[in-house]
Amino acid sequence: MTRYIIKRLIGLIPVIIGVSIIAFLLIHLIPGDPARAILGERATEQALNSLREQLGLNDPLHVQYGRFMGQILQGDFGRSVITNSPVIEEFAARFPATLELSVAAMLIAVVVGILAGVISAVRQYSVFDNVSMVGALIGVSLPIFWLGLMMQWLFAFKLGLLDASARLSVGISLDPITNFYVLDSLITGNWAALKDTLRHLVMPSFALATIPMAIIARMTRSSMLEVLKQDYIRTARAKGLKNNTVIFKHALKNAFLPILTVMGLQFGTLMGGAVLTETIFSWPGIGRLMYEAIMQRDFPVVQNGILIISLIFVFINLIVDILYSFVDPRIRLE
Amino acid sequence: MSDTASLQLKANGPQPQINDKESKGLWADALKRIVKSKISLLGLIIVAVFLLVALFAPVIAPYDPISDSDLVKRLEAPSNDHIMGRDSQGRDVFSRIVYGARISVKIGVISVGFALILGVTLGALAGYYGKWLDGIIMRLMDILLAFPSVLLAIAITAVLGPELRNAMIAIGIVYTPHFARIVRSTVLSVKATEYIEAARAIGCSDLRIIMRHVLPNCIAPIIVQSTLSVGTAILDAAALSFLGLGAQPPDPEWGAMLSDGKSYLQKAPHVMLFPGVAIMFVVLGFNLLGDGLRDALDPRLKQ
Repeated sequence: MTRYIIKRLIGLIPVIIGVSIIAFLLIHLIPGDPARAILGERATEQALNSLREQLGLNDPLHVQYGRFMGQILQGDFGRSVITNSPVIEEFAARFPATLELSVAAMLIAVVVGILAGVISAVRQYSVFDNVSMVGALIGVSLPIFWLGLMMQWLFAFKLGLLDASARLSVGISLDPITNFYVLDSLITGNWAALKDTLRHLVMPSFALATIPMAIIARMTRSSMLEVLKQDYIRTARAKGLKNNTVIFKHALKNAFLPILTVMGLQFGTLMGGAVLTETIFSWPGIGRLMYEAIMQRDFPVVQNGILIISLIFVFINLIVDILYSFVDPRIRLE
Repeated sequence: MSDTASLQLKANGPQPQINDKESKGLWADALKRIVKSKISLLGLIIVAVFLLVALFAPVIAPYDPISDSDLVKRLEAPSNDHIMGRDSQGRDVFSRIVYGARISVKIGVISVGFALILGVTLGALAGYYGKWLDGIIMRLMDILLAFPSVLLAIAITAVLGPELRNAMIAIGIVYTPHFARIVRSTVLSVKATEYIEAARAIGCSDLRIIMRHVLPNCIAPIIVQSTLSVGTAILDAAALSFLGLGAQPPDPEWGAMLSDGKSYLQKAPHVMLFPGVAIMFVVLGFNLLGDGLRDALDPRLKQ
């Protein structure tokens, strides 16, 4: 197992170098002078020069890349040109908000998606199957920012059931411990804050969950249909096992591998979706940070932000692959 | 698909000869299977309606999408004269959606065309020549896939400058690896066949072998991927425009219309409702058609 993990980690090195080169080159894609693009047309020559110096734009490309990599290896992801604070600190401060949102969305997607997929497979061609599969197709065809705004209109403005922006209402206080508000309010026993946090969390996490939920449901259905045809399922039934035992213990367990892969890949969708979801729900996470950086032409934040997010994405996929090899030992042996 | 099947297609075209029980070639069979499946047919109809609306936009739209504005009647709710109401500038929402179909066609064709040309070329080169060229090209594709795709498109558009053209290029770039992978794997499986060896033996150039003998075998998976990609390209371009990075006002692009409508969500939800529904239907149409084509073109299902 250790050998497999080490092999996979070494295999990541070229990918990480490639990702860093693309992230590095992003700032050089800016048409014309990047310093002027960041500071605007009315910037003085002195300000432009000092920014060029700060970003190291006067050096040859390979020198710039060497320095960029050197800094990253020391954990230095540059500074925002607007606030001058280190990008990594801004990310660290906002990351718990995005993680809480993503975990909530993934939970919804996994629970609803797997349940819908299993029921659809067990009752193939039933009304439930047809409705949920058409629902899944609509789910991947919806603009999630539109769905989010329509949910705001209905549940926040018309019905007043949920809150449409931020993580907590004004006037509700919560002592930050982990910065995951659901956890913090549970730890401190602050029920008012827990209720308020959930009122804020439900809509953005549902909006963000739509696409992964639809994809997981479709994958679960097709994977389950494949497994349910196997001989050992017939054997299990012939032994007189209960239907639920056959479905959940014998079938779903074996159908789970492709579902796991899809779940890992959906993390990328969540990160892309986070920019849109966090923007419309004013959720103070890294998606919104990226959006604000783009609007303010704060390119170092954009450049390093996409690098950090992609590195997280690469590592999550590695973890999924390792989990995969735990579930299916054949993969380690290949 | 065999090479002869594609040549047969060129000769016959997709006209079904009803009484003939023999296979009419891949495309006629595929079309028949799509029409037979209700759900794929629905996709085909949605896509056809979408293309017709785009083509006949000036005939269908009752008002000009940009110049016919009446600020006094801004945000007016749907009525007989304006079935989808008016937007924040007092323009007819329905006419803007109709003209928006044209922009969406453009987005689909240009961004997927970009990914198609680049991806097919890279995939064919990697698969056909193999060795170090394959290694370099496919590692590059892996690296592009290591980025969350929407996020990479957002970042590329942000640095190139907020413009629809740049958004289409960005989407084209992030979709390229999918085409490259599909083409490469098909090329690898075709390369080892005897007819390629025969073509080489009679002295065909590499270019001729790739263009005439290898690539025609990749057409089915490429068409499926293109159909599905047009849907997601429209969706992603709408997201970019919504963030202010793609189409700019006063262009009636659907994502840009949503961006305009979001400020008036409480007062006039109709401004947001209809462009979103339009996006959903068109993307759904391409998804249904793409799924249907995948099943219809699957040689394993062919009797």
